[in-house]
Amino acid sequence: MIKINKYNMSKNSYLAMSLLLVMICVIYSCNTDETQTVTNFTEITMADEFDVDGAPNPDIWNFDIGTGQNGWGNNELQYYTSRPENVVVQNGILIITAREEQFEGSSYTSARLLTKGKFEQKYGRWEARIRLPYGKGIWPAFWLLGDDKNGIEIWPEIGEIDVMEYLGDEPTKVFGTVHGPGYSAGESITKSYELEGDRFDTGFHIFGIEWGPGYINFYVDDVLYNQITPEDVTGRWVFDDRFYIILNIAVGGSLPGAPNAETVFPQTMLVDYVRVYEMNN
Amino acid sequence: MKNIIFTYRKTIGLLVVVSTLLISCERELSDDAVLATFPTTGEVFTDAPVGLTDQFFESFDPATGANTEGFGTDDNVAYQGNSSIRIDVPSPNDANGSYIGGIFTDRGAGRNLTGYDALTFWAKGSTTAVVGQIGFGTDFVENRYAASIRNVELSTDWRKYIIPIPDPSKLTQEKGMFIFSAGTESTNGMGYTFWLDEIRFEKLGTIGQVRPAMFDGEENFELSFIGTSAPIPSNSVTFNLATGENVKVNAEPSYFDWTSSNPSVVGISDLGVTEVIGSGEATITATMAGVEAEGSLRIEVLGEFEAAPTPPARDPNDVISIFSDAYAFTPVDYYNGFFTPDGQTTQGGADIFINGEVTISYTDLNFVGIGTFNTVSPINANDMTHFHVDINVREAIQPGDFITIQLLNNVGGLESSGTYTITGDQLLSQEWASFDIALDDFGLAARNQLGLIFFISDATISDIYVDNIYYYRE
Repeated sequence: MIKINKYNMSKNSYLAMSLLLVMICVIYSCNTDETQTVTNFTEITMADEFDVDGAPNPDIWNFDIGTGQNGWGNNELQYYTSRPENVVVQNGILIITAREEQFEGSSYTSARLLTKGKFEQKYGRWEARIRLPYGKGIWPAFWLLGDDKNGIEIWPEIGEIDVMEYLGDEPTKVFGTVHGPGYSAGESITKSYELEGDRFDTGFHIFGIEWGPGYINFYVDDVLYNQITPEDVTGRWVFDDRFYIILNIAVGGSLPGAPNAETVFPQTMLVDYVRVYEMNN
Repeated sequence: MKNIIFTYRKTIGLLVVVSTLLISCERELSDDAVLATFPTTGEVFTDAPVGLTDQFFESFDPATGANTEGFGTDDNVAYQGNSSIRIDVPSPNDANGSYIGGIFTDRGAGRNLTGYDALTFWAKGSTTAVVGQIGFGTDFVENRYAASIRNVELSTDWRKYIIPIPDPSKLTQEKGMFIFSAGTESTNGMGYTFWLDEIRFEKLGTIGQVRPAMFDGEENFELSFIGTSAPIPSNSVTFNLATGENVKVNAEPSYFDWTSSNPSVVGISDLGVTEVIGSGEATITATMAGVEAEGSLRIEVLGEFEAAPTPPARDPNDVISIFSDAYAFTPVDYYNGFFTPDGQTTQGGADIFINGEVTISYTDLNFVGIGTFNTVSPINANDMTHFHVDINVREAIQPGDFITIQLLNNVGGLESSGTYTITGDQLLSQEWASFDIALDDFGLAARNQLGLIFFISDATISDIYVDNIYYYRE
């Protein structure tokens, strides 16, 4: 059985990568007689292209409102709202805006959208095309949480897949992570990816995972930069269940630290689309 | 199982191959005339100067205190390769000069730097000193696209420094490859050495979030007069680096595109110089590479400038003029010493030029000095009896406002000084008031080597015009 673990490819050499993929395909072609599963993620199951101006499509998106418990568990500083000042669709783009303003006892406002109860799926290819904000204390994310079975399971049992997280004071790096029982928060399984000769806050980039039984592959644009399997996690694999999407900008909190005097507000995360494909064997 | 095929990427990949081939064909077929362009060499210094003048280092004018002896190369120290630039920063009382600084220029007609986004270099110091200024774009001719960062912190190990180019599209023919200026302000006068290596223009791609700012990025307001012409000061652009660090680059006005909201009142040139041509109001704004600059300058034009009263004709032997269009000037060091480390906030100087006559304008006044001791001879006022000055206060005068005039004799030697205070009720708002003060009223111990005239308001009065500063005898 052929086992491909890591694809360390340079984004710059797209042509080289293309050729490499062709070669891989050729290799696979040679091996089609052997027992092997070919997995595709071609059937779209959910896509929001954000083509209708105004509030995000209520058939797809809910909002988390307020400050949660202890700043959503991370001592985050923002108050989430669903006001157009914090979340709106304009000209084909979902705009999530973090602001510095006094609101309901918080010093910052922002938004957090989620598809919980509206779109959930097991496995598949999940991707979004996003231009990220920047600045110390700015912490946007595109991530998935497992269904909590009506409150029977709690985090980290439910599982968390962070397709993309990013800290505004490291504008060339993103990281992809999984959290589960025995490997959450500081012990989560994570890997960062750095853009060469470019940054994430000046243009759109595609962040995605391809997720099937026993693996989650993380990619940015055309670069697959990590694969996480049950062998990589230091606890039970909890990723054979239905998950939903969250898009948000957090401000401050344990991981990024608080904004400083140089952090420019408002900051916007622009989402061109979110697309989910199912896995077909 | 870890076997996954990415069929969709294969398709894209093949498309890329196909389109690449198509593009290649296009390029071969295309036989457009090659535009005349200047060399795009990015290297400035690697192990030796690259494409620089034979002179290599062109010092600032030694008359300003620049030390021409402390510059050289060092074959024992290098970040990469076998040689670096070594700069020995002198102490303030070094006989060869009290600071070091100068430029490197391209040996040809200039370079096309439009393909780069930053000047980068490696530096280390013999101690953790602060270098006053490092940049590029200064050629000692037009300095049109000068850009620099201030207060560069040295480490005692090699560190890479990045100076983003404010707008690379402007640098189609740039001769100014490098500028630096260093003194011992940060080391309490102790000399030190620093090394520079691998100086080059680079395309990093990781520089973003351009934030231009004109005139300190603030909403400024000025009263002005027809015929006034003045450059927009304090223009900069801030970039964010891959490290998350913000870098503020001071940029010449030519990097900006300037707009006047009312060109029939105030015009503005490509060099960022305003020209007041009519009564009314206009606001100057700017963009850089299409990005709106923070800050503005609103100018209210009050009409024709009311010049200071013309002083009476006098025998040249009866006058020592520091600043006046009526009498021959005595040379001075400066009309504003910018004693910023001592807490001076005052901006401006001899910079209002109207109909061939010049008037001093000070803004943000707390104190300001006119020097006649550094590069020129001090004033011997033994034979003079009076000090004259005309002052026009450019704001409302409040109770308690004052301007104290202080004269310093024998600056840096056996120094002595005297003062005379003009109280607010003697001054006029938006009008000229003339003062003839008996030198005896300053309480000076000596006045044979007058080296500094201070105007001190302690910020009670911020904006003034000053004219006709002279000593005379009755």
